[in-house]
Amino acid sequence: MNSPILLQPDETFILNVGPQHPATHGVLRVKMEMNGEYIVNAETVIGYIHRMHEKMGELKTYPQFLMNLSRMDYLGALGYSHGHVLLVEKASGIVVPERAEYIRAIMVELNRIASHLFWFGAFVMDLGGFSPLMYALQDREHILDMLEAVTGSRLTYCYFRFGGLYNDVDDDFITAARQFIPRMRKSMKKYHKLVTGNIIFRKRLEGIAPLSKEMCRKYGASSAVARGSGINFDVRKNEPYSVYPEFDFDVPVYHECDSLARYMVRMDEIEQSLRIVEQGLDKLPGGPIMPDKKPKLIKPPVGDYYQAVETARGSFGIRLVSDGGKNPYRLKLRSPTYSNMHLFDEACRGMMIMDALAFMGSLDLVIPEIDR
Amino acid sequence: MVAYFTEIFTGLMSLFIGMGITFKEFFKPTVTVSYPYETLTMSARYRGHIELVENEEGNSQCVVCGLCEKACPSDCITLAGEKPEGGKKKVLTKYMLDFTKCSLCGSCVESCSFGAITFSKEYNLASTKKEDFYFDLLKRLEERNT
Amino acid sequence: MRLTLLNVIVAVVLAIAFAALNAAYLVWAERRGAARIQRRPGPNINGPFGLLQPPLDGIKLMAKQLTIPGGADKIMFITAPVLAMFPAIMSFVTIPFSDTIVAKNMSVGVLMIFAFASMGSMSLLFAGWSSRNKYSMMSSVRAVSQAVAYEIPMLITTITVVMIAGSTDLMEIVHQQSRSILHWNIFPLLGNSHNLLMPFSFLIFFICTLAETNRAPFDLGEAESELVAGFHTEYGSMGFGLFFMGEYANIVIGSCMTTILFLGGWSCPFGLFPGVWWFILKLYLLIATFIWIRWTFPRTTIYGLLNLSWKILIPLSLFNLLFTAGLIKVF
Ligand code: SF4
Ligand code: SF4
Repeated sequence: MNSPILLQPDETFILNVGPQHPATHGVLRVKMEMNGEYIVNAETVIGYIHRMHEKMGELKTYPQFLMNLSRMDYLGALGYSHGHVLLVEKASGIVVPERAEYIRAIMVELNRIASHLFWFGAFVMDLGGFSPLMYALQDREHILDMLEAVTGSRLTYCYFRFGGLYNDVDDDFITAARQFIPRMRKSMKKYHKLVTGNIIFRKRLEGIAPLSKEMCRKYGASSAVARGSGINFDVRKNEPYSVYPEFDFDVPVYHECDSLARYMVRMDEIEQSLRIVEQGLDKLPGGPIMPDKKPKLIKPPVGDYYQAVETARGSFGIRLVSDGGKNPYRLKLRSPTYSNMHLFDEACRGMMIMDALAFMGSLDLVIPEIDR
Repeated sequence: MVAYFTEIFTGLMSLFIGMGITFKEFFKPTVTVSYPYETLTMSARYRGHIELVENEEGNSQCVVCGLCEKACPSDCITLAGEKPEGGKKKVLTKYMLDFTKCSLCGSCVESCSFGAITFSKEYNLASTKKEDFYFDLLKRLEERNT
Repeated sequence: MRLTLLNVIVAVVLAIAFAALNAAYLVWAERRGAARIQRRPGPNINGPFGLLQPPLDGIKLMAKQLTIPGGADKIMFITAPVLAMFPAIMSFVTIPFSDTIVAKNMSVGVLMIFAFASMGSMSLLFAGWSSRNKYSMMSSVRAVSQAVAYEIPMLITTITVVMIAGSTDLMEIVHQQSRSILHWNIFPLLGNSHNLLMPFSFLIFFICTLAETNRAPFDLGEAESELVAGFHTEYGSMGFGLFFMGEYANIVIGSCMTTILFLGGWSCPFGLFPGVWWFILKLYLLIATFIWIRWTFPRTTIYGLLNLSWKILIPLSLFNLLFTAGLIKVF
């Protein structure tokens, strides 16, 4: 990368990227102080799509809040619901049948693949290549079809219940999922040939936006942002929950710290998720999907509970303070993108706008999830 | 110097590989559905807005217990019923769904232990007026019967 | 052909018609081609194969209001789209499509086309500067530095060809390549040049054409994910339409030049039935490649683009120029 010519402060200008801008994929606004094409200072302004999910959590009963979680991150919705149900089950001591947990894990992983696929397409589109988005959407469509056949919706699922699931998977789903795995592997080869190997693509990402380990720690970054900077942290491995300890999968970690490393982590995660789905389908036990005694009224005992899960966008934490009532006393949602995004302000200083927006793409921002 | 030329060469090759892939895709059949001209059937579990279920006589099975109203997180359901003279059970007189607020969560359907409501398969919902989404489900039921 | 006033008028009208028709249907071809690559049908509703789409789009654009943003430099703002279209049309006048189909053949045809081509970046500069939009301004600055960087290797490569042909007359250049495919300037075996580096020259010229016409992967001027729409952000209606037509007209000219300089113009690969159809075939094959490239690759960065030009294309084309000069001296 080249370095900018130093200018006087009054020779800079302010560029308002967003809230309606093709690169921000939502209503994020970035106020950039520019020196020609170079960014002197950037300030992300959030809150354009704030919907008070945390407050809603306090006002609604536990089952009523279920559907809110999938509205947070519309691309990887199931991961967030998973965190919520796990937390409430932990708090009120509900035991989940094994089959339900397996199905949950399979669904979450499928959803993660769908989310990463969409990110992949959108990221390449940020870099100016349009066709990979269409190919990624084709593959994602298979997942959405499968999920729709089981859950009834395509994007904002409301599938997990306290204690189990809304309904069981059928044989069609299992066949479809089994067929999907080899197809996805074939597509991954195509993506690697078409995009990863491409010299233009590599030139745009290699060595761009290095994020040091310290910086990732300082901002609490997770997901591919941290793993691309050599931090081996995945909630599924480090604080195992659900049935993840039963699965054999790796956590891809890259030490290059640049945008390409973040890209590679996510691409490798798709493969790992496929492995989990494969094993989950093999091991899927029989039995009920809801506990025999359906919990009628959910009133967790007084206390403070926390549950972290690894969603498609990083480690999602959810904290519940219960006063023993029908509604939570406080429900705090720690959204991973919120932390990942705040890296942007510091990291993009001195970058050119093209690189900065490519870097923003590599953070995988979903704006409704930041604003909650 | 060697590195300079190998980079040019590998770079060019990667471009040709990419072009080869799009070339192959060019001759593959299209995968899209031309939506208004072709439609897909919705899957069996598709969740559209809710709809009243009819019994053999073509009336609603609802017993006006109000559980769905209470379960709804978004307060979309308003219902009323009255006991007809001489009758034992309450009869539904009004069932309004405010679809502008509905989040299609399914709490209402799950909470109803009489199987009186179900999801419809409707997805062609678009309008410029808000009022078009205040559904009178009872009227829809009658219209379906006639 | 004797030059009369009537001749010129007919030629210009035909050139405008050709440019406009090409622009309209290249948009259609691009949309259909992109759709095929992405496995969608593309525009297929209006008319058979969606062939009525371009005229309808044109009507839509014409029916819209041309808004001029407040604080914009009015005169420059309005001149810019005209300037985008005008040089393209003028260039068509000198391009020989076959032995007989040429409006006005000039002995300095190559020079004239390059002179007009460099006017194109003026229009981008005008548009970006006068729009009073920061994105547009950044885009126009990019476009100018890009034009400067890519005209140099393009001209050097052209000089190589001119040296081989010994003439700047486009007709003459084609005549020298007309015997068979092995006489084309891209294939160095027979004919005037025995230069084994000519395929690379062709590649350099082609890349420069992509960059000159602001096509992907060098479409930094209108990089839609960064600069919204670049220099034409503020243009609506036919102002936008003219930019669009100008862009496609430039692609046609770039492909025409590539055909003439490297692919033997209207000559047949086997020396049979030379004629305008060969020219058209080669021209549209090249344009199809343009479209194919656009829908395959991501965009380069501005410094990547300049590095490519100054560090790779210019040294290579200069080397090629010297090499060719040496060969001509020896043989
Ligand atoms: S689906 Fe959910 S939001 Fe909609 S009416 Fe039923 S309970 Fe209310
Ligand atoms: S829960 Fe069922 S029976 Fe009760 S009011 Fe609602 S629809 Fe009627």
